[in-house]
Amino acid sequence: MKNISINLQVNGKQVSSTVEPRTSLVDFLRDDLRLTGTHVGCEHGICGACTVLLNGDPVRSCCMFAVQANGLEVTTVEGLAPERGQLSKIQDAFCEKHGLQCGFCTPGMLITCQALINKNPHPSEAEIRDAISGNLCRCTGYQQIVDAVVFATKETI
Amino acid sequence: MSQSPHYNEFTYIGKHRRAVEHRRFVVGKGNYAGDVLKSGTLHVAIVASPYASAKILKIDASAALAIPGVEAVVTGAEINAAVLPVLPGVDAPAVKRFPLAHEVTRYSGEWVCVVVAKSRAIAEDAAELIQVDYEELSYVMDPELAIDDRSHQVHADAGTNLIFNRQFIWGPVEEDFSKTDHQLSYRVKWARSSTVPIETFALTCEWSDATGILDIWASVQMPKYPEQIASALLLPSNSVRVHYDVDVGGSYGVKRGLKHAILVGYLAKKLGKPIRFIEDRLENMRGGDMQGPDRLFEVTLGFQKDGEITCMKMRALEDIGAYAGRSPLQLGKPVGAICGPYRMKSVAYLAQAVLTNKTPQEAVRGFGQSPTNYALESGIDKVARFLKMDPIALRKRNLIQKDEFPYLIPSGTRYDSGDYSTVLDKALAEANLNQLISQRDALRAEGKLAGIGISTCLEPSGGNSSFEPLFNPKNETTTWMESCVVKIDLGGRVTALMATSSSGQAHETLVSTVVGEILLQHPDSVRVLHADSLNALPSNSPVGSRMAIMLGGAAAGAAKKLKTKLIAIAAEQFGVSCEEITFTGSQVFVNNAPEKNITWADLVAIAHRKFHQLPKDMEPGLQEKFVWEVPTGGELPDEQGRVQMYPCHSFESHVVLVSIDPEIGKAKIHRYVCGHDCGVMISPDVVHGMTYGGIAHGIGAALMEKFAYSPEGQFLSGTFMDYLLPSSSEVPSISIIDHCTPSPLTEFGQKGSGEAGYLGSPAAIANAINDALATINKSIDYLPMTPNAIWNAIQQDTTN
Amino acid sequence: MKAAPFDYHLAENLTHTKNLLNEYGEDVKLIAGGQSLVPMMAMRLAKPSHIIDIARIDELQQISSFEKTIRIGAGVKQCVLENHSLTSQIPLLSAVVPWIGHHQTRNRGTVGGSLAHADPSAELPLIAVILQAKIQCENIDSSRAIPAKDFFLGPMWTTLDAQEILTHIDWPMWHGDGIGHAFEETSIRQGDFAMASAATQLQVDASGKLIRLHCGVGGMGGTPYSFEHITSQLIGQTLSKEIILEFSEQAIQQTEPASDLHANAAYRRNLAKTLLRRTIEQSLAMATSSFQHHPR
Repeated sequence: MKNISINLQVNGKQVSSTVEPRTSLVDFLRDDLRLTGTHVGCEHGICGACTVLLNGDPVRSCCMFAVQANGLEVTTVEGLAPERGQLSKIQDAFCEKHGLQCGFCTPGMLITCQALINKNPHPSEAEIRDAISGNLCRCTGYQQIVDAVVFATKETI
Repeated sequence: MSQSPHYNEFTYIGKHRRAVEHRRFVVGKGNYAGDVLKSGTLHVAIVASPYASAKILKIDASAALAIPGVEAVVTGAEINAAVLPVLPGVDAPAVKRFPLAHEVTRYSGEWVCVVVAKSRAIAEDAAELIQVDYEELSYVMDPELAIDDRSHQVHADAGTNLIFNRQFIWGPVEEDFSKTDHQLSYRVKWARSSTVPIETFALTCEWSDATGILDIWASVQMPKYPEQIASALLLPSNSVRVHYDVDVGGSYGVKRGLKHAILVGYLAKKLGKPIRFIEDRLENMRGGDMQGPDRLFEVTLGFQKDGEITCMKMRALEDIGAYAGRSPLQLGKPVGAICGPYRMKSVAYLAQAVLTNKTPQEAVRGFGQSPTNYALESGIDKVARFLKMDPIALRKRNLIQKDEFPYLIPSGTRYDSGDYSTVLDKALAEANLNQLISQRDALRAEGKLAGIGISTCLEPSGGNSSFEPLFNPKNETTTWMESCVVKIDLGGRVTALMATSSSGQAHETLVSTVVGEILLQHPDSVRVLHADSLNALPSNSPVGSRMAIMLGGAAAGAAKKLKTKLIAIAAEQFGVSCEEITFTGSQVFVNNAPEKNITWADLVAIAHRKFHQLPKDMEPGLQEKFVWEVPTGGELPDEQGRVQMYPCHSFESHVVLVSIDPEIGKAKIHRYVCGHDCGVMISPDVVHGMTYGGIAHGIGAALMEKFAYSPEGQFLSGTFMDYLLPSSSEVPSISIIDHCTPSPLTEFGQKGSGEAGYLGSPAAIANAINDALATINKSIDYLPMTPNAIWNAIQQDTTN
Repeated sequence: MKAAPFDYHLAENLTHTKNLLNEYGEDVKLIAGGQSLVPMMAMRLAKPSHIIDIARIDELQQISSFEKTIRIGAGVKQCVLENHSLTSQIPLLSAVVPWIGHHQTRNRGTVGGSLAHADPSAELPLIAVILQAKIQCENIDSSRAIPAKDFFLGPMWTTLDAQEILTHIDWPMWHGDGIGHAFEETSIRQGDFAMASAATQLQVDASGKLIRLHCGVGGMGGTPYSFEHITSQLIGQTLSKEIILEFSEQAIQQTEPASDLHANAAYRRNLAKTLLRRTIEQSLAMATSSFQHHPR
């Protein structure tokens, strides 16, 4: 079974690699690139822990092979912060509002929330809950996650 | 709503504070077990049995071993001869648990053999090629059949499937029943569910011939983990090093991982390479042995016509599956709150643990308290309906009053403090009961079934070993300690060392807040590290909602010793006694003589560098440990099985409004309020988070979660399409209203809250749904209350 | 849960795809979004030796309108349907999209992928059947337009053979006044496959008499059910509550629902009957009120 060369952009940097076709995108990110921020929870497309941005849209990276991302742009949690040592607004809001506990679903959750805010800068609580309904969390009961997104998007004067 | 005045004395405790751990989690720099990758690591995949019960005739791994990259295939025949079995927490020495099945398999999903290969993908390729020949055997799936010795015996040598069967009688039960106006009997069934963390169990084991140490990085939450692994692998107890600085991606009780560590530890030693095993979701759901309580309750309540409930008989039949670890003890912990928050005089409790051909259980959040609360609270509402009494009024008639503490319950536990009526009232006020009733009536007018459900439940906290000797008199464990080391370095910075892992409870935040409070240093300047099991002091893990109490207490204890020492050094400098010194953290001065002061930095310098200025016989440096036995612990049960279970008693009261679409049976939660009292909250954000999350767990258990088996013993819930976890669409917005009744037993008055929300949530939701169904004279007495289940209840023929 | 090994081929265009399909015979799978296929491969329920990636083929991603139909390319992502101006011409299609999985899956999953996968509980197959869409299937030699009701043969089973690719779907538009539609599904959790679902599109005249009624249910057997053969009896009538109730009961008797972990057959029958009834009632209300907005 032939390996395939791929070239893609990950968190703003060009990456070239040769992969087995069967390597999932999440395994490529974690094992080949050692970007272990994105997590594996179910490997069958339900839990959302593996969510990354693909050309700006949130997708389940366990439900695609790395070869399918050739030529595309991937953003992981490691790519959310504007600069080293800084936090994006949503990351900061999660810290302020205690929008996480064990942190395992958090990278996928942050990605989904960032994508939501990019499209809808002032989402309602219902829109937030709808947007994150594909990201399962067993720690928080979602309340403080919703609070974090509200906090991140409130009007500032 | 402002905080209770109990917080006024504190500088840092009780304040909003960003959790320390979150800094690394939000940037994807957590250190989870699956992130650990040692050089040369090999990977593991499992071959599992598809049958409920079968004989293993032959295992042919030749095709698997021929695949390039496959290093080894190991079967039960090999490993079970090389390790010691793990035994149950109850006295059943014939129920031996090995990492792999050997000769027989006892549940669908049981691990039969293991492949080790250069990658997980190759290991799975090889696993597919392993040929296992089975001969199917008889099996038993129904716990009520399994208790009969004529049914299939899951462990032939055990002599019975009923490996624990004890009738406790606390108080004059029969006599009290004879004096009651009424008795009401009912049955409820708690479905086999569990907390199912998003991270599966993962670990790497690495053995070094040179040092004789087995290193383990695991996603674990388990008391005495290193010791039990060492014992099973026939290693000295100081040869196993568990790295507690691994971040655990959620556990809520279940990540005990003994069989995983014994298996992978054995492989590491055998092959001389680091071995990593990350359960995939299929391996985890059916064979990770992390399923939860599966409990049938038969309850009789005895009460007077004015609503006073005086006595109770409860039978709890637990289907523990094919093997047992600590899980049967989950029948024992609820003994410590067996009558809930009510003033019952006598209780009879029949606790039964029976083996069947199902996946084994593990300890689940609350260790059996949530099912017990569901059973008890269901009964309270049934009594209310029987007497045509308001369920709120009935509860108030029976709640232990705030002036009755410490309150001794019939089974021997003293509840330390509480104010149950106030918490209930606060929850009702927050929910705006009148408005809730109007909302319910409006829903009914629209043609929905609608109901309000209340629960008032104990949250015992602090942990203790007492259920171990209670359920196995051969086990005389009465120590349940926790430790902390705190030191101030030469640069004046504080570092604390905790002795166990964390799975989202923000212990680093807890410890730094506590140490900061005592030493009056800003908590963000206090660094908290996790020791490994060789350099850690003893710990019993974050179980039983114990860490705020026990780790908080140990950290406070160590910090107080340091404060005492700093004061003594200062007193020596000024030639005064310690009582004449005022300590403000940054500065220390003589009472009423502030010009006689010395800075923190100078005190540190004296301790570390200026021996000539140190008080005589004082140890140099600034480092103290504190090892603390659980308050009220240290005693064995008496002959009637009376014993103090946990030390501190938090309390929660849930108020829920639910509607049901009567044509399709689907329930919807319209309003969710939780009144919560865990004494002083060291980290309110953390406590609230636990409560929201616990309620979400409860919603799942109440409405949708179940590990299901076919009558033929096939496991049906292997994926997240089968076992349903609530999303943000299923969990409503939740309001929490706090109350504070401090514990007299702890440093700051804190009680535990790791199980908050989960313990009272299924009870309240079930009561709300039954309040709705009662309007058409129906009821539902089992979980989960799925649309199909509720619809079945609506179709019930209740004429008799 | 790692997939078994396979060879990967990136298809540059439709012709290339057909050639690859022809070359690799039976042991090949097409991948567009992969939201159904990849999990199946992870669980090793599917182990194709060859995967052909058709996600980059522009000609499969077009949406265009004709006089009577909207043509949607098989490779069009489900998320595109949510807001596209042309899909608003097929309002039942737009209505159903938020029910399909979750945002993340709709960002990858395609219209053609959902139809080719043919899950009996899926939304798009049901809508295709009741709207009488035509599904274009092509191989290296030929092409055919198959009516949706003939396309679905059983659970996860369509008329597509191993060398065929689904290229586009033609969805009929309804014009005129008095049109209403509704879709309902019930699952335990938002976004899961439905325990049962129902969809209706109907048209009444100004006096409320039925001109046409297309309705059906999903999750009630191996394929979606469309009740056109029994709706004919209602044409020309004014649909009362009683008539709709009786019709729903009659329709569901035709179905053969299975029992599974989440719902047994009796419950499914009851659910489907209720949802069918409700979608007809809602469609009728929408249709009737459309006249109130058109002063005559």
